[in-house]
Amino acid sequence: MTSPLLSARDLGVDFGLPGGGTASAVDGVNLDVAPGEIVALAGESGCGKTTLARTLLGLERATRGSVSFGGEPLRYSTKALKAYRRSVQLILQDPTGALNPRHTIYDAVAEGLRIHGIHDDEAGRVAGALSRAGLRPAEKFFLSYPHELSGGQRQRAVIAGALVLDPSIIIADEPVASLDASVRGEILALLLRLRDEMDLGALVITHDLGLAWSIADRIAIMYLGRIVEQGPVEQVLTDPRHPYTRALVSVLPDSPLPEPIVLSGELPDAARIPGGCRFRPRCQEFASGRASAVAGRCESEDLAVLPADASRHDSACHLHPIERRAAA
Amino acid sequence: MSTQAQSLSPRAVTWARRRRAMARAWRDYRTQRSGMVGLVLLGLIVVLAVAAPLLIDASALSVTQATGGRMEPPSAEFWLGTDETGRSVLALTLWGTRLSLVIGLTATVAAILVGTLVGITSGHVGGWYGWIALRVSDWFMVLPSLVVAIALLAVLGRSVATTVTVIAIVSWSGTARLVRAQTLTVQARPYLERARALGAGHWHQMTRHILPNVLPLVLASATLLVPSAILMESSLAWLGLGDPNVVSWGSILNRASNNGAVSAHAWWYLLPPGLAILVVVAAFMMCGRALEAVFNPRLRGEAP
Repeated sequence: MTSPLLSARDLGVDFGLPGGGTASAVDGVNLDVAPGEIVALAGESGCGKTTLARTLLGLERATRGSVSFGGEPLRYSTKALKAYRRSVQLILQDPTGALNPRHTIYDAVAEGLRIHGIHDDEAGRVAGALSRAGLRPAEKFFLSYPHELSGGQRQRAVIAGALVLDPSIIIADEPVASLDASVRGEILALLLRLRDEMDLGALVITHDLGLAWSIADRIAIMYLGRIVEQGPVEQVLTDPRHPYTRALVSVLPDSPLPEPIVLSGELPDAARIPGGCRFRPRCQEFASGRASAVAGRCESEDLAVLPADASRHDSACHLHPIERRAAA
Repeated sequence: MSTQAQSLSPRAVTWARRRRAMARAWRDYRTQRSGMVGLVLLGLIVVLAVAAPLLIDASALSVTQATGGRMEPPSAEFWLGTDETGRSVLALTLWGTRLSLVIGLTATVAAILVGTLVGITSGHVGGWYGWIALRVSDWFMVLPSLVVAIALLAVLGRSVATTVTVIAIVSWSGTARLVRAQTLTVQARPYLERARALGAGHWHQMTRHILPNVLPLVLASATLLVPSAILMESSLAWLGLGDPNVVSWGSILNRASNNGAVSAHAWWYLLPPGLAILVVVAAFMMCGRALEAVFNPRLRGEAP
């Protein structure tokens, strides 16, 4: 395994609330993305996925912990951030909103070049990025406006806008969630091809485990600001260990688990994270009494933050080490 | 060879898009009858103001060269009668158009520039600067504008330039609030998030993304600011705070009331400048309301 390019260590992001309290959107995350690796970050809405992505991009400042790129910790001076943003690019969920309706596709793709003052062979670079993103012949799209393109073509234009700066990592926030099912496959295939051709690393944020299965090498499952399980995607999805992951996997069409598990309750408020294991109030194992052996620890003991070990399959659950010992 | 054609054509396409947008706005505008009436009136007034020196010689404004008697009623020679020094009221009113329009327009341009600058920067930059800018514009909004204008003119002295400055000072805050609100709306759009992730600085975001989105609204609000600037100028001149060396509608009214036109029943001295103010203000209001309906999406669809 190559050494990680982008990594987060003990990352925490707090937001001040109007009442004076704080909400921890991200509360202790270790995560690595290596070149040529696609990592999926999955979890339900409101679990802090997008905040984590924004923090990795330097759009949000970490309250605790650090983000580092190429071994160097991220510095937040204007100049350092600008240089960083050449290497790490963002792809947003909704390509319609991500393109200024007043700008042509050429302008939208060239925007990154203009921001970074790259003026040589602008048209050539734009054409190259468009064709790598699958918009060919590129010249045909130069003068189109976003509203003249289909949803899939728009997302390709957004991807071209990211590729034009030759980034080494792409962070994609629900890149296909707003697209038609028929187009999703094409965009995912494009991401895979870019990974192979350009050795591009990617962090793909999704709430769709099926999508993670089809494109990711590794997956991290996030719950209430913390990663509760991570590992190679086929291991995590065929042998889920954390009760939360099990619940998510159990409702997939071809789930390895016998029956669907429906979680009770709602995702708790990030301002009031339950004590002990943060998943306990909704945990089916705790509720059914299967976790009775460790119930005391579930109630009082917070779990350690999972290390960012790329090859290991790990989960943050008091129950798990005991079950493994029993199995062995 | 192809590079040159490509680097040229995006600009051509941008202009084609602008032309299309203008044509669409014009089509929407044309459907509003009051807007068209206002536009025709405005056109007429501007033509009259520009052509004033051709129609009536500037010497008609000179007190020493006046040919009429004291406050003569309308006659064949003086269609709208004369003032207390024997000058033609028609000539005064016609020449007054020029000053009223110039002051109204320049004060509006100044107020709009300041308001747009403060609005965009306070909405975009935010933080303590945005907070202070917001409070300052609030403060200017609640100040009684006429009282402040009178006080400022008393301090700065009476001239066309100070009148323009004072009117701009008391009227920029509304534009600032409007632009700030629109900036905050645009600010939340995903393409600004994308621009930030690409590394765009404040300048890039403000000029490339925010400004083009607020300009149409600014244009509509500017058209509505002109009549209030003209009214303000007339009020100040009527109170005797105008530039004494030039003729404006307000200063004609000021002289009329100071010289007993009311008790002399010299309606021809009072009515023309008053009606002129009314017509110009109404014309600008009609145009402004129509523009607002065209450019402000929140009003679109609700307008009859």
